[in-house]
Amino acid sequence: MQKFIQWVDERLPVVEAWNKHLGKYYAPKNFNIWYFFGSLAMLVLVNQLVTGIWLTMSYNPSAEGAFASVEYIMRDVEWGWLLRYLHSTGASAFFVVVYLHMFRGLMYGSYQKPRELIWIFGMLIYLVLMAEAFMGYLLPWGQMSYWGAQVIVNLFGAIPVIGEDLSLWIRGDYLISGITLNRFFALHVVALPIVLLGLVVLHILALHEVGSNNPDGIDIKKNKDENGIPKDGIPFHPYYTVHDLLGVAVFFFIFFVVVFFFPEMGGLFLEKPNFEPANALKTPAHIAPVWYFTPFYAMLRAVTVDLFGLPAKFWGVVVMGGAIAILFVLPWLDKSPVRSMRYKGWLSKIALAIFAVSFVVLGYLGLVPATAGRTTVAQILTVLYFLYFILMPFYTRMEKTKPVPERVTG
Amino acid sequence: MRKLIFGLFIVFLPALGLAAGGGVTLDHIETDHTNKESLQRGVALFSNYCMGCHSMEYARYKRVADDLDIPAELYEENLIFTGAKIGELMKNSMSKDMAADWFGAPPPDLTLETRLRGESWVYSYLRGFYQDDSRPLGVNNVVFPNVGMPHVMVGLQGLCAVEPHIGVEASVEPLSGNINNADACPEYAIEGSMSAGEFDQAMYDLTNFMSYMADPVRVERERLGIFVLIFVAIFFVFAYLLNREYWKDVH
Repeated sequence: MQKFIQWVDERLPVVEAWNKHLGKYYAPKNFNIWYFFGSLAMLVLVNQLVTGIWLTMSYNPSAEGAFASVEYIMRDVEWGWLLRYLHSTGASAFFVVVYLHMFRGLMYGSYQKPRELIWIFGMLIYLVLMAEAFMGYLLPWGQMSYWGAQVIVNLFGAIPVIGEDLSLWIRGDYLISGITLNRFFALHVVALPIVLLGLVVLHILALHEVGSNNPDGIDIKKNKDENGIPKDGIPFHPYYTVHDLLGVAVFFFIFFVVVFFFPEMGGLFLEKPNFEPANALKTPAHIAPVWYFTPFYAMLRAVTVDLFGLPAKFWGVVVMGGAIAILFVLPWLDKSPVRSMRYKGWLSKIALAIFAVSFVVLGYLGLVPATAGRTTVAQILTVLYFLYFILMPFYTRMEKTKPVPERVTG
Repeated sequence: MRKLIFGLFIVFLPALGLAAGGGVTLDHIETDHTNKESLQRGVALFSNYCMGCHSMEYARYKRVADDLDIPAELYEENLIFTGAKIGELMKNSMSKDMAADWFGAPPPDLTLETRLRGESWVYSYLRGFYQDDSRPLGVNNVVFPNVGMPHVMVGLQGLCAVEPHIGVEASVEPLSGNINNADACPEYAIEGSMSAGEFDQAMYDLTNFMSYMADPVRVERERLGIFVLIFVAIFFVFAYLLNREYWKDVH
């Protein structure tokens, strides 16, 4: 074995790679519960890839056969129901862990210098993940698949001048059809997963270049022992690999409760109208995207005024796009001398709390039918969402921060 | 022809909207896929009363026969009317175009109906028919107003003369001891062969069967789920001990 590794290592730097990324990658020893979600996201990604490959073996990407082939997988394919529920629950689980992972970043300032690129790669992953989820949702070819896609693709039509042609180009037809289904299938199973994997590699390479942040937001590389090893660092393997196993066990427990006992999650993970085949002549009474898109959907619906001769729908799309785009520049909005929420002032703490509450409530509002009252609430929350970012350069500079300790505090 | 179907479709749109919008109170039931007697009675009812118009085209006869402990020969002899082989999908011979002509919209496939509308909805709907001479087929439904479907089970239930009280619990009047609303229908225009209690049980069985058809793996899934969770729990214990062992020297 030793000889074999040596033989390979003379031709490919496997030992060096192992040491750089696992065996001698020194991570801060004070990671808390919030640090499980990165590895869990990786776990869910693998789940999606593996179950996805097997689903592809029995799925039929055509308008005539898609719906029936999903039921064929559910009924006639050995363990097909399990593969499908693992994949459908995995999609929601992916967003759960990614949202928690991102919130961790916000809390501990993990996007701050020198981790700007990690944050940007992460945001690109999030963006591709949304595209991946959106296109995957069309594949079962149920009513909500169809009309959800119809609504979202039509959004591009709100862009002045080129909009109509752009949405036509995306659909490949005048309305969502088998053509659209086939191209979404190609993108969902080939193109986007490749991009996603590439971005994940970049995200991790960038992380391992500068090192992990920690709940105290201090730089462990400033305090090294005589061997050049950070005093507060600990090798990722075996310490965090065994530690992450705990997270995996807890995650799997919750995940499998859903997969085996509540695969529809009360209509949140699998929406009820999707048990009816797509019908271009019959619009569902209430079209709602899947839960992970609803905060942005609520923002889209919250914009109700025409402005500068452009329709409200266009400005809704701008707001929705802006809500995601503004996250990209976050590293340059935070002017605080400290990273972690533990040492930031109360202004930052309140701002983050308001932001989190706004996002969750917007998520709820995007799920339920709009009423006048709800739209007003959504408008206020949308403004609060943006204020968190727009005011950040000011409140992070104004507030009084607490002194940051020299060593991590456990 | 196309135009006619489309026209009829437009006419029925409001009904579809109402159906999707809900708003009616329902009689709630809990289905039980382990109750094979109930499921067997359900498949008999479904085959005899529903399958003439409604297919279950995503499912196979064989699976039903196997899951419900019905011998294949018995099933083929008594529950398949189309000459299909037992391994085939549960389709029927009604053409969708003609059906649309007759009923306004083709009768939907019912494989997934309980997952689409809910079990309590189906149970309430099946018991919600009443006499309404303003409708083309002479009947209406409180759960699905202006539905295009005739009251297929009029021979069993009879025909309710007024709107039945769906979603109202039976109650005992304290003074007289009379039971109010034991039967959702207070007055019948035509008597059926079943009592109200028998018909409710039959519709429970039918709904239970449809619920099983929509999600045939439910019993197996929940049985397996227990073992999976036990495994994960045991795995957690070992992961916890391993983690503690490694981390005991880290301060």
